[in-house]
Amino acid sequence: MDESAGRVIIDAKNIIKRFYVGQPNELEILHGIDITVREGEFVAVVGASGSGKSTLMNIIGALDKPTSGEYVLDGVDVMQAKDKELSGIRNRKIGFVFQTYNLIARTNALKNVELPMLYAGMGRNERVRRAKELLDMVGMGDRMNHRSDELSGGQKQRVAIARAMANDPAIILADEPTGALDSKTGRLIMDIFHDLNKKQGKTIVLITHSPELASETGRILTISDGMITGERKGSGNADN
Amino acid sequence: MLIIENILLALSALRANKTRAFLTMLGIIIGISSVITIMTIGQAMTNALNDEMGGLGATNITISVSQRRTKTERSDSGFMFRDGPRRNDMKDEDKITLDMVEALKEEFKDQIDGVMLKQSIGNGEVKHLKEYANVSVAGQNDISMKKEDLTMLAGRQFTAIDQKEGRKVCVVSDYMVGNMFDEDNEGALGQQITVVIDNKFYHYTIVGVYQYNKNDPYNSDDHYDTSTTLYLPLETAVRQAHSKNRFTEITAIGSTGEDIDALMKEIKSFLNSKYYRNNENYEISCMSLASMIESLTEMMNTMSLAISFIAGISLLVGGIGVMNIMLVSVTERTKEIGTRKALGATNSSIRLQFIVESITLCVAGGIIGVAFGVLLGNIISKIMQFSAAAPIGGIVIAVLFSMAIGVFFGYYPANKAAKMNPIDALRYE
Repeated sequence: MDESAGRVIIDAKNIIKRFYVGQPNELEILHGIDITVREGEFVAVVGASGSGKSTLMNIIGALDKPTSGEYVLDGVDVMQAKDKELSGIRNRKIGFVFQTYNLIARTNALKNVELPMLYAGMGRNERVRRAKELLDMVGMGDRMNHRSDELSGGQKQRVAIARAMANDPAIILADEPTGALDSKTGRLIMDIFHDLNKKQGKTIVLITHSPELASETGRILTISDGMITGERKGSGNADN
Repeated sequence: MLIIENILLALSALRANKTRAFLTMLGIIIGISSVITIMTIGQAMTNALNDEMGGLGATNITISVSQRRTKTERSDSGFMFRDGPRRNDMKDEDKITLDMVEALKEEFKDQIDGVMLKQSIGNGEVKHLKEYANVSVAGQNDISMKKEDLTMLAGRQFTAIDQKEGRKVCVVSDYMVGNMFDEDNEGALGQQITVVIDNKFYHYTIVGVYQYNKNDPYNSDDHYDTSTTLYLPLETAVRQAHSKNRFTEITAIGSTGEDIDALMKEIKSFLNSKYYRNNENYEISCMSLASMIESLTEMMNTMSLAISFIAGISLLVGGIGVMNIMLVSVTERTKEIGTRKALGATNSSIRLQFIVESITLCVAGGIIGVAFGVLLGNIISKIMQFSAAAPIGGIVIAVLFSMAIGVFFGYYPANKAAKMNPIDALRYE
């Protein structure tokens, strides 16, 4: 719906997800969802818990496959992908940012950021160089040798964002990234997302239950009971 | 590349849980160290045996006349009779003659370096002026003298003519010279001495003095009783003993590189078929140090292996402990596994990570076990008065085996981790 003629990054049509298929307790969570996200967009998906928001995020993030429908991510048909190919898609096309940071325990910031590049088979020198660059970008350059348990929540999330950016993914998929942070730190994290979106043209999909955060983005999709029930433009700015 | 990263990762995971890692490794450590301890002791014993026996001439084949084994006979009524040991005294015609020795030398001239012949006369007393010394008198042929490997301090050994003509010459120890000629080795040469054996008097001229090895454990230390060997040419001894040149035991020296075992059998069947076929009471039997060492070493190896196998069972228990702890570790790190999968880890890289961790755990245990085992084995060897040893083959096998345990018992937990559903794993609290 966005007028900007950017390339289509997420092209999902009629996504249906059922659990316990073929069993008496078969359950349909998503009832045919269509989503299109273009390059450079900052989109929020808002919904109450139980709305199917997490299931949708798993599908967009190639962690799970829909029962039926079409999903093409940055030119790759996810429906046809096998397990190993899904790993590759997650590795190169998607940068995950979790509510609980999910940094690897007992591992320093630098190693955490290196990890996706390691799985991509990148050489050590290149990996370290890029990881340092990314940590500098999120303002964590001076703490890259700190282990994850030596960092505060906000610092952890910044490392997680640097990690999400490691393989220069097609989209950043952020699931309640500020959910576990105080409002001040949350603000800082949101600013980083805005920066990435505006300055680097990164495509970002933000999943949240907070209407305030959602309204900062360019476009807000509301999901309830497994359907997209609303779509509106946001301010696209932090200070609304 | 990924392997190195995985090893570093595994090490940091183990460091994070030092006590747990150590307790898990304990099973492997105990198993490996007991195997290595046993192997080290076995190795030290084998080394000691080889050293000791190798010095005595491993290629020597002792050919001796021995009583025939008793025969089993069936009587008319069907009873089995076993002849008791025969007590016929050995007669001269039962003994080995010089003809046999010559035939033996001829038949096996390419395989043996010579035949040692020795005629022991007995123990006696040397008299010179008013001095006395104890000696044991033995006539030996040239090969036998050579094998004695005497260090000559003065004079010479026997010449071919001494041997052939049975000259009344002798080679004595410096110990005896010390007692009788005031340690003047050169002065003793040419002196005639009188040897008393069984109240008979014999006269010999000293032609050589050899160094008596005081440290030889077989020589007695007691000053007055010390009896040293007085060597005579074989022929001289034979004449003196009226023994008609017959021997109950001779020693053939196998050429280096010969299969001593096979040679032994050939010699035995050669002599038996040629000379002893019709002898009812006696036959030739052969024995070599090489074959003795071989069978002893073999026995020891078998024993080591058997004990190692039992110790190996503790490795199995240790392996199960590793599997158990790896399962715990996988469960504990479910969320990490989910995160890694979200970041693009394939199933096989997750599997590799945990297998490497399990291998690292086992190999670390294996290395500690090897170190401990070698240490303990050498301490015990030391107490048993063997020199230190390290069973290289055993160590390599032990480390490889602990690696194999790591793979075997790590595979199931690693596979469990690899097959986790990333969504469930991410959601795991």
